[in-house]
Amino acid sequence: MVELVLMSSLFLLILSILLTLYRVIKGPSMPDRVQALDAIGINLLAGVAIFAVLLRTSAFLEIILLIGILSFIGTVAFARFIERGVVIERKPVD
Amino acid sequence: MNVSLSIEVIAVILIFIGTVFAFLSAIGLIRLPDVYTRSHAASKSATLGVLCVLFGTLLYFWITQGVFSVRLLLGIFFVFLTAPVAAHVICRAAYRSNVELAEESVQDDLKKVMQEE
Repeated sequence: MVELVLMSSLFLLILSILLTLYRVIKGPSMPDRVQALDAIGINLLAGVAIFAVLLRTSAFLEIILLIGILSFIGTVAFARFIERGVVIERKPVD
Repeated sequence: MNVSLSIEVIAVILIFIGTVFAFLSAIGLIRLPDVYTRSHAASKSATLGVLCVLFGTLLYFWITQGVFSVRLLLGIFFVFLTAPVAAHVICRAAYRSNVELAEESVQDDLKKVMQEE
């Protein structure tokens, strides 16, 4: 019973990742795509958590933290790139 | 039915509720008209869904294996902290790079301020 509920929630999660992928491909503007990629990262994090419960191992729990940090840094870098055209600003050298 | 089994069932139900929230936020990401309204769906309900899933996972490992994972708690805290910041940064970049609002929008208070600058 527990496995059935976990499998069906994993199915719902994969379905929502596919729906979000539609927005990544079609999205009219660049911020749409970045937003959808951020949502995919968050869904992926939940998927790893469900896999850890399904396999009954606590070895995957670092990966959740790692995916969260990488997704956040990627989103902020993309947003800075869209807003200013560069990711890392340098001071002009005299 | 003893206590640990019922708490395990509660944890699995929490995980299922979280994925339902994630699915609803994906539907919102498809259906809503522009990037500013879509950010509501992508930040609020997706964050609630992933927090439900991670809390259910924490509860499950705590009850069944006796492992209170501090890393998972740190992950919950980090997602709770960074998801609104990421949504705000994306919306700000979208407005500054002149992405149009949807045609149904009635009010744009930031336009006047941006013109004065």
